[in-house]
Amino acid sequence: MIASPRLRIPTFGLTGGTLPVALGLLVITFWVVAAATVQLWPLDPPLEMVARRLQPPSAEHWLGTDALGRDVLSRTLHGARFSIPIAVLVVVAAALIGSLLGALSGFFGGILGAAVMRLVDVTLAFPPILLAMAVAASLGPGLENAAIAMVVVWWPLYARLMRAQVLEVREREHVEAAVAAGAGPIRTLFVHVLPLCWTPVMVNATMDFGQVVLLAASLSFIGLGATPPTPEWGAMISDGARSFYHWWIAFGPGFAIFVVVLGFNFVGDGLRDLLDPRTD
Amino acid sequence: MSEPALLEVRDLRVSFKTAAGELEAVCGVDLDLAAGEVLGVVGESGSGKSVALKAIMGLLPPRARVTGSIRFRGRELLGASEREMRRLRGGRIALIFQDPLTAFNPMLTIGDQIAEMLMLHDRSLSRAQLRARTVELLELVSIPEPSSRIDQYPHEFSGGMRQRAMIAMAVANRPELLIADEPTTALDVTVQAQILDVLRDLQRELDIGLALVTHDLGVVAGMAHRVSVMYSGRIVEHAAVDDLFAAPRHPYTRALLASIPRLDGARARLASIDGSPPSLAGRPPGCAFAPRCLMSAAVCRSERPALRPVGGSRSACHFAEQLGARTEEAEALR
Repeated sequence: MIASPRLRIPTFGLTGGTLPVALGLLVITFWVVAAATVQLWPLDPPLEMVARRLQPPSAEHWLGTDALGRDVLSRTLHGARFSIPIAVLVVVAAALIGSLLGALSGFFGGILGAAVMRLVDVTLAFPPILLAMAVAASLGPGLENAAIAMVVVWWPLYARLMRAQVLEVREREHVEAAVAAGAGPIRTLFVHVLPLCWTPVMVNATMDFGQVVLLAASLSFIGLGATPPTPEWGAMISDGARSFYHWWIAFGPGFAIFVVVLGFNFVGDGLRDLLDPRTD
Repeated sequence: MSEPALLEVRDLRVSFKTAAGELEAVCGVDLDLAAGEVLGVVGESGSGKSVALKAIMGLLPPRARVTGSIRFRGRELLGASEREMRRLRGGRIALIFQDPLTAFNPMLTIGDQIAEMLMLHDRSLSRAQLRARTVELLELVSIPEPSSRIDQYPHEFSGGMRQRAMIAMAVANRPELLIADEPTTALDVTVQAQILDVLRDLQRELDIGLALVTHDLGVVAGMAHRVSVMYSGRIVEHAAVDDLFAAPRHPYTRALLASIPRLDGARARLASIDGSPPSLAGRPPGCAFAPRCLMSAAVCRSERPALRPVGGSRSACHFAEQLGARTEEAEALR
């Protein structure tokens, strides 16, 4: 018998379930490190070298140069400084605001709770990109405003998720036991209900990082987020999209977005499998 | 001058608003409990016994409408402020839940949860004091190595140990009134007796008035002084425990007693009660037990019998006198 030759990729003991998570973590770690340290690197993003403009990828400029002669790779790495913190900030803010409102609405109910949920319904009735555009446009361009716009679009998802969780958990007997022990409503909510509600919120948040990176880039692409000299990925793609024959200008940031979103999705999937016993 | 009774419930009615209209789960229940006394509340699931006792603690959801009067040490609890109820709950009135697995917060250690109970009623306790007191309480319910078990989570406890911890938590603030909602139902038979022993010892030691909700007449026989039998939201018989077992004055009680297995093998087949209790929406106009009662007559289906004194007990059966006579007759024959 001849053993069929098989290509063996070293996986370091990682299995089908954990390999994507490890890859995702690796990618995210890379971009987080890049975001934190890129300013210390010997790169010169703002420097305009018109003499070397629109060069295709070469040994010297791995991802080529753009219309102003700036190195695309160097700018792409700098882009992490904007995209990663914004994604984290937006997701954390949306998750906190949404969870809190959703939890209060679910736990106390009443007119205020219903009002919150109707606001959620109204917000979710708009396509997210349209609503984000409208809010960002009314606030004026700039990354901070884009971030605010994204939080406005994103919190209702968490409110709805958290409300559903709280509605389920508050019916459990240990919550009644806490009330029977003399705990007040605030204590009951924060000590006995919320700690059991976080898992899906955390999983959702991990999955949302990628989506927020995309939305931030989209807003910048249409000119509502970062403004030109800023090496933000969406803005860079917008730059590159104008000169179709110089594909490398858009390729760098485009690929960066792709890799980051994929990384977050891998990690989110893995986290869900790990934390949520309901999915296999 | 006599102190006001520990617990005095009069004409307690609890109804729930549902899509099918307002349904009455408890329809006019009277309960009395003195300090240091054990009252058994017996009934099938759905008889309203748990609802009635949760109403005492004000634990029913807001959609429940509770009327009547609940006096605790002379103080009316119905309509009492949420602040006042919060002070009473877990303090002077405590509750033991049926299933200690679901009644503990899975995210906190047993020690944390008992300490919380103490802390909620005495803010002045320091962390060290809370811990010392918690260990003491676990010792009180005979949990071995309390100082290490205090840091364990509920899932690390066995069912029996969890129920002990639950009892420790319930008596943490020396309650005057303890409501135990089927405290042994979720446990192995072998553990049930131990838990009841713990409960009885503490009840005597601390002179607690205990309302013991159960569907197990064996539990009642071993612990209660007086028994109220509930059926379909009403008390159908109320008697001292010895009278209840010797001379049941209601056919439902008799049927319940007949369905208990006996060790002496005096009964070849266990009796069961045919049919099931009426739904809240479909109670018959007369006696709620009439459709399942072997003795039912025309009057049972048209007229609801009131709870009235019969012998030393109280019974809500048109034929309570005959019932008693029959058993006494049987007793005499023996």
